[in-house]
Amino acid sequence: MSAKKMISLTIDGSQVSAPAGSTIMEAAESTLGIRIPRLCYHPDLSMQGSCRVCIVEVKGVPFYMASCSVTIWPDMEVQTNSPAIRQARRDIVELLLDNHPRACLTCERDGNCELQNAAYAAGVRERLFDGERKRFPIETDSVAVNRNQEKCILCGRCVRTCAEVQGVHNLSQQGRGFTTEVAPAHGCRMDDSVCIQCGQCINACPTAAFTEHSFTEDVWQALADPEKHVVVQTAPAIRATIGEGFGMPPGTPATGQMVTALRRLGFDRVFDTNFTADLTIVEEATELMHRLEHNGPLPLLTSCSPGWVNFLEKFYPELIPYASSCRSPMSMMSSLLKTWYAAEHDLKPENVFVVAIMPCTAKKYESRRPEFVSATGVPDTDAVLTTRELVWMIKNYGINMMTLPESDFDSPLGVSSGAGDIFGATGGVMEAALRMAVEKLTGKAPAEVEFTEVRAVEGLRERELQVNEELTLRIGVANGLTNAKYLLDAVVNQEKTFHVIEVMACPGGCVGGGGQPYPPEGYRIFDQRLLAERAGALYAIDKKKQLRSSNHNPAIQALYKEFLGAPGSEKAHELLHTHYAPRLPRGIR
Amino acid sequence: MNTVVKNTDNREEVRRKSMEALTPEIVAHIEACVQDAQPHSHLIGVLHKVQAHFGYLGADQLDAVAQLLQVPTAKVTGVATFYHFFRLEPRGKYVISVCLGTACYVKGAEQVAERLQEELGIQYGETTTDGLFSLEGTRCLGTCGLAPVVMVEDEVFGDMTADQVPALLEKFSKTED
Amino acid sequence: MRYIMSKAVLERYEALFEQMRGAVSARSSDAAVVVQVGSATCENAAGAPSVWREFERHIKASGRSDIVLHRVGCTGRCSREPIVGVLKPDEMPVKYEKVTRDAVHDIFTSHVVNGAPVTSLMLDASGHGAKYQLVLCAARHCGAAVDGDTEKTFREEIAAAGLDSDDVSVLAANGFGFCGMSPEESAVCVLVRPGNTVYFIRNRDDVRRVVREHLGSGTEVSALRCDAEFVSRRFFSLYGDVAFFNRQNRIALRNAGVIDPERLDEYVRYNGFRAVANALAENDPEAVIAAIEHSQLRGRGGGGYPTALKWASARKSAEKTRYIICNADEGDPGAFMDRSMLESDPFSVIEGMVLGGFATGASRGFFYVRAEYPLAIRRIEHALAQCREQGLLGDNILGSDFSMDLEVRLGAGAFVCGEETALIHSIEGERGQPRIRPPYPTENGLWGKPTVINNVETFANVPALLVYGSDWFRSIGSEKSGGTKVFALAGKVRHTGLIEAPMGMTLREVIYDIGGGVPGGKQLKAVQTGGPAGGMIPETLLDTPIDFDTLGALGSIMGSGGMIVLDEDDCMVDVAKFFMAFCQDESCGKCTPCREGTKRMLDILERIAAGNGEPADLDKLERLAALVQKTSLCGLGRAAPNPVLSTLRRFRDEYEAHVTEKTCPAHKCKALVRYEIITEKCVGCRMCARQCPVACIAGERKQPHEIDQSQCIKCGRCYEVCRFDAVARQ
Repeated sequence: MSAKKMISLTIDGSQVSAPAGSTIMEAAESTLGIRIPRLCYHPDLSMQGSCRVCIVEVKGVPFYMASCSVTIWPDMEVQTNSPAIRQARRDIVELLLDNHPRACLTCERDGNCELQNAAYAAGVRERLFDGERKRFPIETDSVAVNRNQEKCILCGRCVRTCAEVQGVHNLSQQGRGFTTEVAPAHGCRMDDSVCIQCGQCINACPTAAFTEHSFTEDVWQALADPEKHVVVQTAPAIRATIGEGFGMPPGTPATGQMVTALRRLGFDRVFDTNFTADLTIVEEATELMHRLEHNGPLPLLTSCSPGWVNFLEKFYPELIPYASSCRSPMSMMSSLLKTWYAAEHDLKPENVFVVAIMPCTAKKYESRRPEFVSATGVPDTDAVLTTRELVWMIKNYGINMMTLPESDFDSPLGVSSGAGDIFGATGGVMEAALRMAVEKLTGKAPAEVEFTEVRAVEGLRERELQVNEELTLRIGVANGLTNAKYLLDAVVNQEKTFHVIEVMACPGGCVGGGGQPYPPEGYRIFDQRLLAERAGALYAIDKKKQLRSSNHNPAIQALYKEFLGAPGSEKAHELLHTHYAPRLPRGIR
Repeated sequence: MNTVVKNTDNREEVRRKSMEALTPEIVAHIEACVQDAQPHSHLIGVLHKVQAHFGYLGADQLDAVAQLLQVPTAKVTGVATFYHFFRLEPRGKYVISVCLGTACYVKGAEQVAERLQEELGIQYGETTTDGLFSLEGTRCLGTCGLAPVVMVEDEVFGDMTADQVPALLEKFSKTED
Repeated sequence: MRYIMSKAVLERYEALFEQMRGAVSARSSDAAVVVQVGSATCENAAGAPSVWREFERHIKASGRSDIVLHRVGCTGRCSREPIVGVLKPDEMPVKYEKVTRDAVHDIFTSHVVNGAPVTSLMLDASGHGAKYQLVLCAARHCGAAVDGDTEKTFREEIAAAGLDSDDVSVLAANGFGFCGMSPEESAVCVLVRPGNTVYFIRNRDDVRRVVREHLGSGTEVSALRCDAEFVSRRFFSLYGDVAFFNRQNRIALRNAGVIDPERLDEYVRYNGFRAVANALAENDPEAVIAAIEHSQLRGRGGGGYPTALKWASARKSAEKTRYIICNADEGDPGAFMDRSMLESDPFSVIEGMVLGGFATGASRGFFYVRAEYPLAIRRIEHALAQCREQGLLGDNILGSDFSMDLEVRLGAGAFVCGEETALIHSIEGERGQPRIRPPYPTENGLWGKPTVINNVETFANVPALLVYGSDWFRSIGSEKSGGTKVFALAGKVRHTGLIEAPMGMTLREVIYDIGGGVPGGKQLKAVQTGGPAGGMIPETLLDTPIDFDTLGALGSIMGSGGMIVLDEDDCMVDVAKFFMAFCQDESCGKCTPCREGTKRMLDILERIAAGNGEPADLDKLERLAALVQKTSLCGLGRAAPNPVLSTLRRFRDEYEAHVTEKTCPAHKCKALVRYEIITEKCVGCRMCARQCPVACIAGERKQPHEIDQSQCIKCGRCYEVCRFDAVARQ
């Protein structure tokens, strides 16, 4: 590998040299540690160059250049902070603010808003150009993702994320000029669009133009209601990210503190979605083995990511028969809580209020799917909260997360194997399934339970795994739906064959979910480093556990013995499985 | 290796519905475009054809174009709302366009427009309640020599004054009686 | 081998040329009268189709087969349309203006049938009645003259020959476009009508010979005669007597008003596609680019970027799939050059594009045309079909191994699509938003391939400069800009229309010599050039020669050629507000400064015009203007503040009057105008009261009236109708 050619240039009077092909923005940061402010730029998205916040002065160029998009040239002279640039940058940020509601103090992103930070940093201390502001109807009643275009600064990150990362193309700029808005086709409601509810637009947004539909008030009310037995379940990925909401470095596991905090909030029982993750594996591995033995249909497509399930139904309905019929771990847990658990504890199902803490906005939608709502209209999962909403509830209550003692989940729905933990990272479901499937197919537990070949945070993996002499499993793992499209198209076009494909809608899997904390200082969304650190926390938890395979979870074994019968039984099918149907509007892929 | 798999594809159904929302000619045109190396590049041309036939771009037609041309619907409406030539609402029988070009402005188009708004009781972009007239401000019609210019459908009326407005409107409303 | 191919291409072209020339002359060979009717959008709007039908009816009724109707495009004399020409062999061509259906009857019976022109309907009848007309070429760039003043020499010799000076009208024209073809440097061209003989005159002896032999005895002086087909020979023989036309140089518009825009044979007849034939025969694309470079042709769309550089850049690319695009999405309010050219002569644009394709190595090209131009679109489609039929487009053009085809793509109403990258996005079927440059389209354009985008007028110039020579083209024009520029002359000027002037002509010459000055005895205040991206040039700077660089130095731009004349009744704040409103409405919304900044600038201008401005607003306006100019993503945004900046620079006193004294010196801004009746002057005639649209003027007959200021909408009707100057405007 030859060393990259270096180019010397002057930045703010300092002679520096940076690799050829660097942008001014990259060169300023890598050589002098100057972080030029930016809003529309994201290294993993296509170049937009529209916010103009990152402008710099380049000698000889009559206008200011967007440092995010201009490649350095030899002997170029750059000023990142001349008085003229500082004034221009300040004025540009003010222009954005002037067309933005003056509602910072009541905004859900107060303190966590890139526009607010940019305005502070640029020194906007007064409004010089204040005037008329754009007005749009505000969506407040979506199932999962609400849209408030009055807060949009048209940086286009959500549009590019929806198209380039997720391949959904649900969002586009509509209209033009001062009254441009970002919206689905026809400016329709998110719920009526091809939106798959993944919530990545929320993550991508620098302001609060997209937010999750909040269920915190429902939860507070249930907690205050003496009639209600309020139980909470937490998804595998929450323990790896919730600490970020309280200033812990990314990748800090906070399982024990989280459980304690939930108890302090007043939940009657704190259960672990990991338990049903194990249950999912037992059911899904059974389904896989059944399909391997009965000529398919193959590949088996995993079904625990609700954003992916929405995508399947809208974009690839022809592949519905291939999807695993297993409900997601959340819905399995909720189903058990409203049936088996309620019966065991002599509770009326409608009085058991099930709260699920999820890294995900699509789970809010999943909880309202008719399949998971009783005949009397009571959903199995009463309220889904994102990680961000839980962080806020804990802060709202005044609980000091950092000094909380650790405690354990309640039994028996809190007992889980390490296989359940790793569900939260891309490839985790696959690895968990392999731990059980390989044992079942070979008749002995695998010597090495860590199938590291399916780990990694990048978006796409294809692997072959020799199980025994007769069987080599062909495996696909994708996170981010643009990556999934690649595998799915290969299947649809019969260019490739797989036995099993794991799809997670969000980049990095659930650790990068649409309901996770906004990236802390120094990180950004889709940041491979951030995703790896979060996933690392889950793998660390798994490694520390004695129990590594789902089928060895004694609580699971007991559940089958006492209630469900065998994996894949009729009872299991009634409570733990589901079905899918094509949905409109059909997505264009 | 697979057992017979149930057909859950709704492609044909969506296609059929899309074709019903358009005319056979437009569908044939789109099908020809799809054969092109760059099918998406024909989007604006297709929208022109749809508008020429229907008078405006209805939501059903936009959905149908998206499905048949296989362009994401959000992009189709994003394009339809970007260009001022496209109308998303049905319009009156006669569209009166007031040229907003510089030459017309300098020569008093504003007074003509005000008189039109007064007589019709509508603003730019609106249609009279009887559905007879729509009023639009249009970009320069390129007939600056005749400024100020008002166009009713495809007929151009040059050297307009505010006082000629009532007679102009009468000319069109009379043909209705 | 190559030689054989070249020869074959040329032979094929010559055969085509002869065939088409034959076809054209066959149509009029038996004609005693050719009646020529204009047919472009303006002409049609003014009633040309009914005039055409009326002539058809008359011809049919007369039963005569020797009267031929001939359709032509637009001459550019917009305010006098429809224009009808009556052409008879050996008689001076007569043009009629503002012809109505009723007028057709008079023209037909009196002139066409009975040979008596209808003087009252004639367009510029000044030279009419003379036996001979001499049109002298006085091209400003060549400076050739006989004895220092050709016109004077002619008049002297006419007098010396004893000819009646009323029988010979001598007209000085601006340039026939003949230069470079004359046998000697210092020859002057003279067109003698009727008969349309052209002479090269070198000295007084030549003058004397023409006067005595041709004018005196009716014998052509064959020794001095020039038979070459120079660029605008046909145009001048038709229109050379009219000042509006003969002060122009017609290169891009050489066929406008001359040929039938729907007949390829008429285009080929005037050397159409000869440039393509020559280029294909020589088969040296570099030579084409070199000729264009030498000609100093610069992009006519606004920026003035050297065309040859653009072409060479695309040619250099390693990528072999390349595209040519003709930008005909004319968006400037007050500009109609492209429409008129495409409606009057689509073929020269097509030929220019083929030459561009050959020079850059592109085999596919696109017309990107405004959807609002249905006639232009139809004529292009029609022309493309005819060219394909004759092997001038498609595979192996003229039998060479060069293949190219063109297709039409429609715009849909977005000014920003004049910007190259936005235009490309629009052709690709996207929202027409610009992207960051570099990479430039010549490296990475349509579908990621090298793409050359030129304006309609640029392409229209290319065939002419290649056929008539790059030296000739360069010599017309200023030091750094070769050729001419087409302008859409509009606003407060007597002759509005489409004109073509050599680069370097002054604004004053264009406005007064061609445009006839400001009507109504009003004072010219400023000229706006360049459309919404341009600026205001005050009266004091009218003697500036026009080219890309000089206008830029004045804080305006050449732009695509809009030229709006403003007089004392126009308020500079109001005009700036008009353009700002346009730019704000047309901002695509992509980048912050243009989307938000233009809106805030408009807010401030509206505030000022409404009388709510403060002195600090002027500083804010300047600060925002500089911001938008310096930081916008594309050229539209960067140029959007120009009208504001140039008015602030040249007419700051008007702004100050608005913000400090709360007055509008031009009485244009309604909020700052007040109408009052001067009691002493009012005779109580009730005229104003009757005319007031809101009935806010009260008063008894024969008693002074009064305006209810709370109801007054400041329409100014009372001020206009009062015959006693009793309404005061403040």
